[in-house]
Formats: sequence, C-alpha cells, structure tokens
Amino acid sequence: MKPGPFRYLAPTTLEEAVRALGEHPDAKVLAGGQSLIPVLSMRLARPTHLVDLAGIAGLGEVEVSDEWVRVGALVTHARLLADEDGYAALPLLRQALRNVAHPAIRNRGTTVGSIAHADAAGEMPSILAITDGVVEAFGPQGRREIPASEFFAGALETTLAHDEVIEAVRFGRFPGGTTTAFLESARRKGDYAMAGVAVALTVDESGQITSARASFVSVTDVPGVLDLTGALAGRIPTDVDWSVIDDAVQDHIEPEADIHVSAEYRAHLAGELARRAFAQAAATHPGGNS
Amino acid sequence: MTTRQFGQPVQRREDPRLLTGGGRYLDDLGHTAYEAAFVRSPHAHARIVDIDTDDAIDVDGVIAIYTHEDLPGIIGEPLPLLIPHPALTQARTGYALAKDEVNHVGEAVVMVVATNRYVAEDAVERIRVSYERLPAVVGIEAARDGSQTVHDEYDDNVSAHLLQEVGDVEAALAAAPHTLTLDLEIERSACQPLEGKGVLAQWNSDDESLRIYSSTQTSTGVRAAVAAKLGLPLAKVECIAPDVGGGFGVKIMHPWPEEVLVPWAARNLDHDVKWTEDRREHFISSSHERGQLQQVTVGFDDEGRLLALDVKFWHDNGAYTPYGIIVPIITATQLLGPYKPGTYRVEFWSLFTNTVLVTPYRGAGRPQGCFAMERTMDAIARYLEIDRAEVRARNFILPEEMPYDHGLMFQDGRPLKYDSGDFPASLAKLKELVGWDDFADYRAAAEAEGRKVGLGIGCYVEGTGVGPYEGGHIHVETDGRVNVATGLTTQGQGHQTALAQIVADELGVPFENVHVTTGDTRRMAYAVGTFASRAAVMSGNAVALAARVVKAKALRIAADALEVSPDDLEIENGVISVKGAPGNSIDIGTVAVMSNPLRYAFDEAAKKATQFAGTFDPDKPPVGDDEEPGLEGQDFYSPTQATFANGMHAAIVETDPQTAEITILRYCVIHDCGNMINPLIVEGQIHGGVAQGVGGALYERMVYDDSGQLLNASFMDFLMPYASEVPHVEADHLETPSPLNPLGIKGAGEAGTIPVSAVIASAIEDAEGFPITAMPISPSELWTLRRAHA
Ligand SMILES: Cc1cc2nc3c(=O)[nH]c(=O)nc-3n(C[C@H](O)[C@H](O)[C@H](O)COP(=O)(O)OP(=O)(O)OC[C@H]3O[C@@H](n4cnc5c(N)ncnc54)[C@H](O)[C@@H]3O)c2cc1C
Repeated sequence: MKPGPFRYLAPTTLEEAVRALGEHPDAKVLAGGQSLIPVLSMRLARPTHLVDLAGIAGLGEVEVSDEWVRVGALVTHARLLADEDGYAALPLLRQALRNVAHPAIRNRGTTVGSIAHADAAGEMPSILAITDGVVEAFGPQGRREIPASEFFAGALETTLAHDEVIEAVRFGRFPGGTTTAFLESARRKGDYAMAGVAVALTVDESGQITSARASFVSVTDVPGVLDLTGALAGRIPTDVDWSVIDDAVQDHIEPEADIHVSAEYRAHLAGELARRAFAQAAATHPGGNS
Repeated sequence: MTTRQFGQPVQRREDPRLLTGGGRYLDDLGHTAYEAAFVRSPHAHARIVDIDTDDAIDVDGVIAIYTHEDLPGIIGEPLPLLIPHPALTQARTGYALAKDEVNHVGEAVVMVVATNRYVAEDAVERIRVSYERLPAVVGIEAARDGSQTVHDEYDDNVSAHLLQEVGDVEAALAAAPHTLTLDLEIERSACQPLEGKGVLAQWNSDDESLRIYSSTQTSTGVRAAVAAKLGLPLAKVECIAPDVGGGFGVKIMHPWPEEVLVPWAARNLDHDVKWTEDRREHFISSSHERGQLQQVTVGFDDEGRLLALDVKFWHDNGAYTPYGIIVPIITATQLLGPYKPGTYRVEFWSLFTNTVLVTPYRGAGRPQGCFAMERTMDAIARYLEIDRAEVRARNFILPEEMPYDHGLMFQDGRPLKYDSGDFPASLAKLKELVGWDDFADYRAAAEAEGRKVGLGIGCYVEGTGVGPYEGGHIHVETDGRVNVATGLTTQGQGHQTALAQIVADELGVPFENVHVTTGDTRRMAYAVGTFASRAAVMSGNAVALAARVVKAKALRIAADALEVSPDDLEIENGVISVKGAPGNSIDIGTVAVMSNPLRYAFDEAAKKATQFAGTFDPDKPPVGDDEEPGLEGQDFYSPTQATFANGMHAAIVETDPQTAEITILRYCVIHDCGNMINPLIVEGQIHGGVAQGVGGALYERMVYDDSGQLLNASFMDFLMPYASEVPHVEADHLETPSPLNPLGIKGAGEAGTIPVSAVIASAIEDAEGFPITAMPISPSELWTLRRAHA
C-alpha cells in the first residue's frame, strides 16, 4: 500500500496550477488528500503529477453574502463546521457537516474536495444540490460558473475539465421562513451513510408551505433535488402526515445493494429518514412544536 | 508499612510512553534495512503455471526476487504443524512461498527485496504470474458438501473429525420430556491488531549470528522456528518482540512465512531486511477466526434442567491447519460454560476452504461455544415460559461441587476440571446490576414512548492460564534496581505494571525500582508465549516464585552481614533489617554488592558495602558450593491444569421500530478472575474485550464472494467498531481465588469478548420476539428478519 512514483508540484497561483494540469494529462489536483491519498496508496490511480493547492493564497476563506455562503477550495470540513457566520446564514451546512467522517478526517479534508470528488455517498454534494449551489471553476480561459445541477455527471464524475480547478463553491441561502434538517444512518458514526437526506421546508407568513425540497445521500447516482412543493403547497407543516411523500421519494431514489445493506432496506431507510427529516424541519418552524 | 501493591489499581506505568508516541514498534526499527514486499495470489485456488520476473528485476533499487524454486532445503519444505492431534488426520500446512499451487487469495508467491517498500511494490506490480484457475471452495456448506476439494490429495475437505461423549446422550434424549433443536451460525471475523505483523532481521556475518525483531506473541517460538529453518544453532539466533501494537491471537501463530523468509534473505544478502505488513496484506494473509455452523439438540425436564446436550458443529479452518484444531476443541469443551449438561455429546468437523487460515482470535472458539449454549438456554426458557436467568441458575454447577470434572479433555490435553467459581453469586450480582427483576417496568416505560427494548444475558467459563510453563528471572543491581525478565511477550496488557507489582510485594522493594522485560530471548530463553489468557497466571506466578528465591538469598547474605539468623530479618522498601531493631539494617543494593566476591569499587554502592565484613572462612572458596555470584535467581511455574475464570454479561438493547437500527443502551459485566493483581488493568481488559465482542456481534464479518475474493479487505468496509459504537461498560467483580497457584489468580485477557454475541442476540430476540440464530446482525438483516416474521 505505497503509491507508485509521482512528481509533486506546489504552485503558488491558480494560473500555475492550471498550467501544470494542462501540461500533464495524468496530473491530479491534491487538496486535503483524504480521498486521493488512499486511492494512490492502493494503486487504484497512477497520476504522474500531484498539483497541491495548499500553497495558493486566497483559497481559505468562508464568505457570507445575502445570497450565498462561499467556501474556498482550501477550507476544511472542520473549519466550515465551526464557522458561526456560515452556520447562521445556512444552518444546513453544519447539520450536514457533523455527519462527514470523523474529526481527524475533517481537519484535513476540504469541503470543495469532497464536491470535486463527487461521491454520491458524500454529504456535501447533496447540500450543494439542495441549495442550488454553484461551482466556481478556474481554467486556462479564466473563471466560469457551473450550477450544481450541471456539475455532477455520474458516480465520481463531474463536468469539470481536466485543466480546471475549483476555486470555491457557493451554497445558496434559503429564503426567510425556511427550516432545514439533515438525517442519515451510517453503520458506524462517521462512516459514509447507508442513506441520508437533506430537507428544506419554506412557509409563508400564514405558515403555509411554499416550498418543500429534499436531496439524498447514498441512494442516487448523482445528487439531485426532489421537489415536493407541488404536493405540499398550502399545507401547514405540522399537520402533514409525511407518509404522503413516500411514493415520490421511492420514485426519485435508485438504491443499490452493497455488502452492508440490501437495496430494499436502503429504500426503506431513505423513505423513513425523509419522513423524519421533514417532520423535524416542520417541528422547528415557529408554528411547530419545538 | 508499605502498602501492598497486589490488588491496587496502580496506573499503568507504560502508558505515558505509549500515549505520547514513545513506543517503538517494528516499523520504527531498522531504518537502513532493505524492505520486502510480496506478490500474493489473486486467486483462491489455482495452479501456478509460470512466474515471469524479467520486467521487475530491472526496477531501480530492486535487490533480489525469490520464488519457491529459490528456497533451499528445509526452507522450501512445508511450514511446521505446530500442534498435531490424533483427530487431525488430514493436516496441511502451506509453504513459505507457494509451491505449484495457491489455496487462498493472499498467499505469498514471490518475495521482492528492494531498497525501500515503494520500490519493492513497483517491482511486485511488474511480476507476471500465470495461473490455471481451479474451482474454489468457499464457505462451510461448500466445504461440507465436498464435491470440490481444497487439497487434491484428500477425498474430502475434512481435516479433522472429533467426537467426545460423556454419558449416554441417545438414551437421555429419548427419555427427555422435552427436546429442541437449534441451527446456528457465527460468521468469520479477525483479530485486526492496529499494528500488523512485521519482521526485521539483522545478520551479523562476523560472528554468523542472527537477530530477529518480530511483532510476535512468542519470541521463543519464532527463534526456534527460524533456527531450525535456517539450520542455525539456537545459540546464534536471538529474537526480540519490540513494542507490539496488539496481537489478539494472530501473532501467536508462527512462524509466518515472512518470519522465515526475511531472516533467510538477510543472511543471503548480508544486509538487514525488514517487512512491515500493510492492512490489505493483513486481511488476506493473516488468520481469521470464528466461522462455524452449529446444530444443537437438547433434552430437558419440566423445570428446564438439562438432561442431554447433543452438539454438532462444522468449523471453517481455512486453507491450512498449522495451528491444529485448537479452536474447535475449545468450542467443544468450553461450550458447557457454568452448566451441568446431564449427558453431553459433541462432534465436530474441521473443514478446509480456499480462504485465509483460521487460528485463535481472542476468545478462541469460546464465543462460538458460548453462543450455542446460551442460545439454547434462551430457547428452553422461551419454550417452558420460565425466566431466562432462572433456567440458567437451575443448571449451574454449585460452589460446593467444585472442583468440577466434566469428564472431557481440554485444549491442553488435560481434564476439563473447573477449579473454583461461585456462579449463583455472580448471577445474583448481575441481576442486581442490570435491574433484571425490574425490566418489565423498564420495557413498559419504553413502549409507552414507542420504543422497543430488550434484555439479554450470557454466561461463560473460560479456561485460562494453560501451561506448560513460564519462567521468571530476577536480578538485583548494586543500586537496588530490580530487573525482572519473563519470556512471554507483551502487546499492551500492562505487564510492566502488573508483574512489577507482584515482584515489589514478594521481594519487599519499591515498585518504582522494579523493571520488567518481556519477549526477549536474550533475557529469558525458555518461554511459551502470550495467549490463552495466560500471562498473568503463568508469568505472574513465575516472577513471584523467582522473587522468593532472590529474597531468600538476600536474607541469607544479609544475615551473614548483620550476624543474625535469616529468620530474624524482614525486608521492606528495599531495606533488610532486624525485626524489632530497624536501625540494624542493610539495603538490598548493598546485599547485591556483597553477593559478588569480585568487588571493584566502581561505584558508591560498592564502597558502602565495605563496612559489612561478613564471616570470612579461609578454608571455603569465595563462592560457596551451592551458591552463585550475584543477587539473582530464577524459577519456573508449571501448573497441572488450567484455571477457570468465569463471567456473566447482560445488556439492554434498543431496536428502532422502523429502521431496525440497533443500539446498546447498557452493558453490564460481572467478572471473576480470582484475585486481581490490578483491578484497573482487569477492567481495561474487559472494556477492550467487550469492544471486540461488540464488533463480532454487530459489525464485523469477512465478506467472501463465491470465487474466494475477500470483498471488504480494508477498514473502510470491515466495520471494526469505533469508540462511538462501544457502549459504556458497567463492570463489577467477584474474586473467587484459584486454589491452583500461589497467587490465587486466573486469566482475564479474553473474558470480555466471549459472551457478547450471545448477549446481544439474546437482547435483540427479547426486543423483537423472534429467534436470533445467526451473528453478527446488521440493521439491514434485522429488518429483513422482521419482514420474514411479520
Ligand atoms: C476514513 C474516512 C472517512 C470518510 N468519511 C466521509 C463521509 O462520511 N462523508 C464524506 O463526504 N466524506 C468522507 N470522507 C472523505 C472526506 O470528506 C474527504 O475529505 C473529501 O472527500 C475530499 O476532500 P479532500 O480535501 O481530502 O480532497 P482530496 O482527497 O485531496 O481530493 C479528492 C478529489 O478531488 C479532487 N479535488 C480536490 N480539490 C479540488 C479542487 N479544488 N479542484 C479540482 N479538483 C479537486 C482531487 O483531484 C481528487 O480527485 C472520508 C474519508 C476518510 C479517509
């Protein structure tokens, strides 16, 4: 379990990083290394070069605006988890990040890295999806923005070009009147989830639902958004029997078996978690129970 | 009066060093050594057609590449069968490097030695081995069916078949008012110590000697094996176990192929060579354990008393049997736990499969036996609608029946005879601790909140401290430092603390002055090893006996110096003084000076000794006929039989009504290992044992596919529980001394692990209301079971 030979490059600007990627078709970007290094050690990938982002200035910020929480490429999960402004602006970030791996991994692994890695079992891709987030890519032609809905292309696949680096991602903030919840079930605490769900529930001033959305972990190929607003608009959240969403959830997900769970159980679990997450989000509304 | 150390919760003195990164494990040694890596079989069963190393030899930094053909003489012969048994009629061991055929994924085929491990792995990648694949036998059913065999030379896959019977089981079953049959299953798991195996060999061509460092549980065993394989005199081989990051059984198996090959390569190349096992290698080439299918038929009376117990089980021994049939023998004998079976028949088949070999893992066959027995107890209770604890109590061996001889032969070839234990007292304590009698209320309260809970119980007896012997050697230096050596090894058990406590008391010296060395053949050449919960019993008693030898000698010399009789002396805090006249004294360091007639005044201690003349007799030699120079002594402890510790566990488990997630709410342990040397260490052992037991009950399994590929050979998919999965353990003790040894102690190392699967199954069954017959169990499986029972 030692990686094969590779060259290590430490650019100090995004331009340099992108140039290096352009020159070496088998180069890989290195951020926190929590996904990439194990892959190298098991020799499942053989990049000729690693382009480390660690020395590039300006990638370590969390910025909050009225519309966004912007997270730079070098912001670790731990840093974002602890960010009070980010939490206040978008509680769902912390609700989800608590479930990402363990403290030691979160201290090194970056949130942007986990989005670049695009593992459908990762929590943060689904958060990018449900917040209608945007990926800020930096390439030889400069900057471009990729909406979450166009970013994830398949399991561990994105539409980022080989010679592009993600400079930051922006998670969209929800309108006033929104509560969120994140629930997952993992075999062990901190493991990739057997199933997980993020929900966002928005009500208007009269307390009636105006938007209800969910995004899933480990039960879809690509993190997408399940919009349940049609079925729920106008209802009072605490009055809803959340089993009404069961069919829509089951239609949306594509659970597969692995060595830990059967596909049937995974489907059942995702359905149950979705119900509980909505009930939780409903209960935290001003009109809710808690 | 100095406080007695024995029995005190003394903080482990090794911890500050280990916890601050001061440990020196195998991979921390030998920085200039060449490093080895192996080409391992990708197939479970195949013939080796050709090995092409041409591309690899050119890799910059490669020093040597070896295949079986390169192994001369005895090194190329099969590895030893460590523990033969008359029932093991079809034994097979592997080769250091596979010869012609591979029998499991991970078997070593080619060894590469290079300047470092990275380069060695680059070369490994370039070696092409052509295989002709053969059908793989995977799983107990396939092995039992026998239509495909693992080893050509045998007609079936049965390595051993053994039947033991006490009383007439057929007749007792026929006469029993009630009978039940249970089909049970326990899956494979493995020790998975955080440090894998590893070997560093240093060949000294000047004096043709070999020093081996191995991450082993037996340095004497490795030393003897390597000396034999390399044709070296024992005197030219030494083996040292450095800090070892866990063993749990896998490192008592020896010699591993690498333990032979690395020293051999070091001698060949006249250069230090090292191999550090990585996690993937550990998964696919170090032993596993546990896998069994069991069938229990039990006959009992209206009160739930056992009349006949008829057990058949099929044990997966993997591809080879170097460690014999210790594991199934232990299952067969220790299954009985604290109970009288009425009559007992146990029959097992140990089966070859094309998987990693199976050798003892903490508990060593007992968790499976305990599972069979305890599931049976619960089944009887449910059938007769009697309280589960009550059914157990009715079948207990009572204190007045001790020593109790089951009429069976134990793993050490000696009678299975319990020395002591008070099972009713243990059960009473356990019921009190967990709130057994109030559980109906507890459950009702949970149900009112829409929650599902269950209470489970499991009891076991563990034969510990098996022989044949261990030794202790004690040497007192002139400054009063006491060096204690015992040959068995340490993998984190706290021997530096516990053995020092014993010696401090026995010798009458300060605990701080006592320094313990383990696992170093330079210091103690005769030793067995650390396994079978034997270290405290064997080496604890050995160092106690050795301390008594040294103490007697010290008093003899002091008596001479102080001109009194040894009987008039006492020793405390390292000072020997005349009873009632504390001013008239001599310290033990000075006695050490006096013990050696060659007395250059190198240090203060030697100068100080000159004030004591002692008796001088010109007609006697400086060292008397029955004396030796130096204040040192050694003794060996060799018991007639094992001591039997016992314990009872109970757990309260919650199962989520919708998601079937399983949570352990409370875990209670009553533990009786006789007199405790150090309760802190005993509890640590229990906590660690329960943690591993929880792994076996709820998380860990070896997922082999039909072709014999291990699908979860990493810590990502082999779910060893984290701290977050291990419940808080509430432990209490009973101390029923063993009458068999001077200290009255029994082993505690494996105890925590043994009943956990049985206890958790019992609790889940209680929560769910349908039988749990296979462990481990996951939420997905529990959910599937619920649907089957709906
Ligand atoms: C034991 C363990 C448990 C874990 N559990 C979880 C879990 O429960 N949930 C979870 O979501 N994750 C989990 N992870 C993964 C963890 O979150 C990683 O940190 C994350 O997936 C990747 O972040 P990184 O900074 O380490 O990226 P790296 O490993 O450095 O890179 C990952 C991939 O992304 C690419 N990449 C990284 N940054 C950029 C960028 N700015 N631009 C372009 N490409 C980039 C790399 O080239 C690489 O392909 C776990 C990891 C471990 C080791």
